[in-house]
Amino acid sequence: MDYLVIVIGSIFVSNIVLIQFLGICPFVGVSGKLSTSIGMGGAVLFVMTLATIVTWLMQYYVLNPFGLGFMQTIVFILVIASLVQMVEIILKKVSPSLYQALGVFLPLITTNCAVLGVAILTIQKEFNLMEGVVYAIANAIGFTLAIALFAGIREHLDLMEVPKGMRGVPIALVVAGILALAFFGFTGLV
Amino acid sequence: MNQVQNFTKGFIKENPVFILLLGLCPTLGVTTSAINGLGMGLATTFVLVMSNIVVSLVRDFIPDKVRIPSFIVVIASFVTIVELTMQAYTPGLFDALGLFIPLIVVNCLVLGRAEAFASKNNLWSSFVDGAGMGLGFAFALALLGAVRELLGSGAIFGISLLKGDLMLVFVLAPGAFIALGYLVAILNKFKKA
Repeated sequence: MDYLVIVIGSIFVSNIVLIQFLGICPFVGVSGKLSTSIGMGGAVLFVMTLATIVTWLMQYYVLNPFGLGFMQTIVFILVIASLVQMVEIILKKVSPSLYQALGVFLPLITTNCAVLGVAILTIQKEFNLMEGVVYAIANAIGFTLAIALFAGIREHLDLMEVPKGMRGVPIALVVAGILALAFFGFTGLV
Repeated sequence: MNQVQNFTKGFIKENPVFILLLGLCPTLGVTTSAINGLGMGLATTFVLVMSNIVVSLVRDFIPDKVRIPSFIVVIASFVTIVELTMQAYTPGLFDALGLFIPLIVVNCLVLGRAEAFASKNNLWSSFVDGAGMGLGFAFALALLGAVRELLGSGAIFGISLLKGDLMLVFVLAPGAFIALGYLVAILNKFKKA
């Protein structure tokens, strides 16, 4: 039951992109086409889950026992950066087809604040490892849902007559605002 | 480019938020009021200036291959300093900004300036660039915060200006996107003129 609350809560009620404002850069940057946005979502799912597991283990088995809590930010970002590098190298060797699909997105993920954000939130909310994993997967799904919805709308937006001053980024941001308004309807669900 | 231009480019012409669209997560996340926006902007400015200085100083010693991880370590160290200082001296602001303080480390603006500017220029230019870009970022956040605070709760910097029915949506999440969208449109107009 707790897991269900985490899942619904992360995907809909406090959607990581539209309500918590994490991962806005890829949300605006790679949402031009539906197919690329889903590829990005897949890469985020992969890295976010791995990163949350590794940072959780670091926090509870290295930082806490040695009283190094203040090193959290530095350690976590280094873990994520090296993890992304490793995933890239391993994926290239083991599964070239998957690498083809996700490869271009991987370097972008190091500076995706959603990954670091979820890793820190997992610690702040004092989840155990299993809850942390569920939380990471649910947030990655929430990210993919938001970015895919947004890309779908933007594909249609390209064909619309938009007032000159609002073309491009401004109208995209307003659309994102309306999308966020729709997600606000889920408030109070959990 | 002279130093004055180098400093002022961050405000309008190459404003990190309105024109370059960098660092949007904190921009949207913390600007529920003008003071939060300004606080976040100044914290980022400090990190940006310090990391630009250090990166510029060590740029000749760092091998090309490991430069990005090295920059990240430099940035993360200054973010930790800011985090601990704010926790000690401005606990109210620290709570309001919350998660977004450690996330300065992944603000693309900071790494972007280290990579695009400080790793290629001398100490003084890098300092000026960091200060200009940082203050431009702070200006953008304070402006967005002021607009949202005025429309959503009728005040700027906590000083009450409007009474009556207000558009509460602007202090909530959706209003952040909408307000920024219109501000970008207005600033684009200015840039062309």
